[in-house]
Amino acid sequence: MLQVRNLVARYGDFQALFGVDFSLSQGQIVALIGANGAGKSTFLKSIAGQMPNKSGEIRFNSEEIGSLTADRVVRRGVSMAPEGRRLFRSLTVEENLRVGAFAGRSGRWTLDSVYALFPALRDKRRQSATALSGGQQQMVAIGRGLMSNPDLLMCDELSLGLSPAVVKDIYTAFPLIRAEGLSAIVVEQDIDVALRVADYVYCFMHGRVTLHGEPGALTKQQISAAYFGLEDKRQ
Amino acid sequence: MMEWVDTLIQGVLLGGLYALFAIGLSITYGVMRVVNIAHGDFMVLAAYLALWPVTHLQMHPFLAIVPVVVLMFCLGYTVQRLMLNRTMGPNFLAPMLLTFGLSVILRNGLQQVYHADSRSLQIGDLAIDSLHIGSSLAIGAFPLIVFVTSLTLTAATSLLFSQTRIGIALRATSDDPETAGLMGIRASHTYAIALGLAFALVTVGGVFAGIRTTFSPESGPATLLYAFEAVVIGGMGSLWGTFAGSIILGVAQGVGANFGAGFGVLAGHLVFLAVLFFRPTGLLARTQ
Amino acid sequence: MMGEGLRYTVSRNTSVSTAAVWLGVAAAVVALSVPWWANAGFMRWAVEVMCYLVLAQMWNLMAGYGGLMSVGVQAFVGVGGYSVFVFAQHLGLHPFLAIPLGGLMAAIAAAITSTVVFRMRGGYFAIGTWVLAEVFRIAFSNVSTLGGGSGQSLTVMTHIDRGVREKGIYLIATATLIVASLAINLLLRSRFGLGLTAVRDSEAAAEAQGVDVKALKFIVYVLSSFGAGLVGAIYFTSILRISPPAAFDANWAVAAIFIVVIGGIGAVEGPIVGAFVFFALRWFLADYGSWYWLAMGGLAVVIIMFAPSGIWGFVKARFDLQLLPLQRKLIVRSAKQSIGAAVAALGSEASKGV
Repeated sequence: MLQVRNLVARYGDFQALFGVDFSLSQGQIVALIGANGAGKSTFLKSIAGQMPNKSGEIRFNSEEIGSLTADRVVRRGVSMAPEGRRLFRSLTVEENLRVGAFAGRSGRWTLDSVYALFPALRDKRRQSATALSGGQQQMVAIGRGLMSNPDLLMCDELSLGLSPAVVKDIYTAFPLIRAEGLSAIVVEQDIDVALRVADYVYCFMHGRVTLHGEPGALTKQQISAAYFGLEDKRQ
Repeated sequence: MMEWVDTLIQGVLLGGLYALFAIGLSITYGVMRVVNIAHGDFMVLAAYLALWPVTHLQMHPFLAIVPVVVLMFCLGYTVQRLMLNRTMGPNFLAPMLLTFGLSVILRNGLQQVYHADSRSLQIGDLAIDSLHIGSSLAIGAFPLIVFVTSLTLTAATSLLFSQTRIGIALRATSDDPETAGLMGIRASHTYAIALGLAFALVTVGGVFAGIRTTFSPESGPATLLYAFEAVVIGGMGSLWGTFAGSIILGVAQGVGANFGAGFGVLAGHLVFLAVLFFRPTGLLARTQ
Repeated sequence: MMGEGLRYTVSRNTSVSTAAVWLGVAAAVVALSVPWWANAGFMRWAVEVMCYLVLAQMWNLMAGYGGLMSVGVQAFVGVGGYSVFVFAQHLGLHPFLAIPLGGLMAAIAAAITSTVVFRMRGGYFAIGTWVLAEVFRIAFSNVSTLGGGSGQSLTVMTHIDRGVREKGIYLIATATLIVASLAINLLLRSRFGLGLTAVRDSEAAAEAQGVDVKALKFIVYVLSSFGAGLVGAIYFTSILRISPPAAFDANWAVAAIFIVVIGGIGAVEGPIVGAFVFFALRWFLADYGSWYWLAMGGLAVVIIMFAPSGIWGFVKARFDLQLLPLQRKLIVRSAKQSIGAAVAALGSEASKGV
């Protein structure tokens, strides 16, 4: 469904990604792990169309989307809940959700279905988005991403600043999302959560993919090496 | 005593006109964080544009507002889309300098075409008709029309921002244009709509001002100043605050004028500076 | 070993910049010699050019380096101008001595009014300074001893020999330009200048590094206003007449802004280029009235849209030039190897050392 080949991305003179290959099949939940600054967010931003300075191939549903701006990418069915949530401060919770639908894609996700998924939001829908707790804000961010009825939902730094209980709460929504036919890429700081939730894992370090595979097939040692870059002393 | 009531009423009605100047500026700054230095000059342009159907098609100025509003909306959209959008970014100087250049072009361009003579738009007797309240109070019919129009447009614009889809898009884009992009909103288009809207509103103000008094190519800067003062007095970030600020400015100028012809405008400046000094966020600002 | 076959220094002066400095010195000498070989008409024109140039430099300092875009510099031009009339015409001081006082009065006015205008930022600051200038204009229009709305003439100048007057004003203007250019150059090379550049690039970061942003902006604002005051003092002494619409004319700001925008913002050489374009355009379009301002406006708009760093900024980026030495550069004096090999050698040095 999503094929990325040799993705190179830069912020001005600074190179953040050095030729990343990636693929995702329909219905998969893929987790990206890696230390801060490894390039995970840059990778998602590149797919979402927020990185103007990049090269390489990004094919979504057989269509090359690498040169599209963010507003066009979301119309193709790829939506993102960005790092730090970035809810609109001037808008209420409900308005934030409604904005998500401005891409004009119809489908199963509406205000009602999002409220069904995250019941806590229904009572707070007329409140300013910034008045909510961190966990609830994350729900709004995900809900907003769902409102565009995407085929692929990307969540950047899902658990940032949230307590484990809240994170668990949010992740219970994912099987429901997947059951509706959605695929997802999740950037996750917590390796255990990532291994538990995902069908497939990619590990980033210094702008490169250092390891990828199914969670069951990867050893702790392999992951440490890929994550932290420790040399294998047996070499 | 009655004099002061009369002064107050005149000031409030004048404030209504100023609100029409100020709302557009408030929108431009609110959505795009750009102070359009050519704001007043575009208003004067609108007045000159209205002059054409009025003199050549014998159209009533009130009616002439309609085609000019459409024209000015398109102009605002184009200016933002083709010119100002290039300068949008972290550097706040560039868009201001661009509008500064446009201001000079407009003033001198209008000067070339229309020369420095003052013009005005005529509405016949309506300009001097008045309603009488009690035995000693008279309210001009035209100023009242201006005030009511201004109130209505402010309410309409406020509703536009709070209730409509485009209003949500405008607010979202003003908060975070990057993330708005993730929602499928094109900032370049949204900003252009905002400027078009500002220009449309300014057109009404320009035509009314052209009826109320004379205008010339050099009338722009003074208008910008009043609009700006109204926005600051009322408090940034609030349309109704801008409306209230306009009323306060109108009243200040009215009171000042009682002390001498030149002191009206000065009184307005002084109130503006006083608000700046004692309450820089404006008298009715939201704490946002 | 490090530096083997490669000698380098870190210096502000490149060969180009050294040449430019000598050129500047030569130009200054020529300019100072003018009264001995040029006619009065030329000197008057030159005074005007120098006034605009100094004003542009002041605006550049405020906006390009201090981040304060003011559309009200004319407030201080006017204060400077009127100060000369007050001190010379009304208080009997020699006009030439009154000129520096004009600068001083403007600086004081700036210091006082900063308490109000500094409450605003960005675009609001810009228009706020404009309002201030308008307040000054109206205020001075109502002072009858200064001629009220129609102004007054500097009749006290009739006591001074005409030749002395014209040469004297010219030399004062030239000296002001030279001193202002030197002062700005030295200022920007100092710690203060470093702080300014930091503030210009990122206020928040500069503050985090311990730069007192408020104080810096205040100093820049007051210094620039001092310069603007001097400009007003010199200009109105030169034309012998002042009135509120002329003293507080918004076109002072327009001219300064256009010169800096077209020449190049944030650079020291920019105003010189900009003034050249400004007066060249004026020369060619002198007979066409408003076309002159239309052309200036059009040129400014085009430059902001397509070459936002101005003509000089464009040239500088293209050719990596810097005439007046501000930045430190790495200058390779000699190299037995190519630069690439030298850098590679340094690199392997570093990895071995660790």
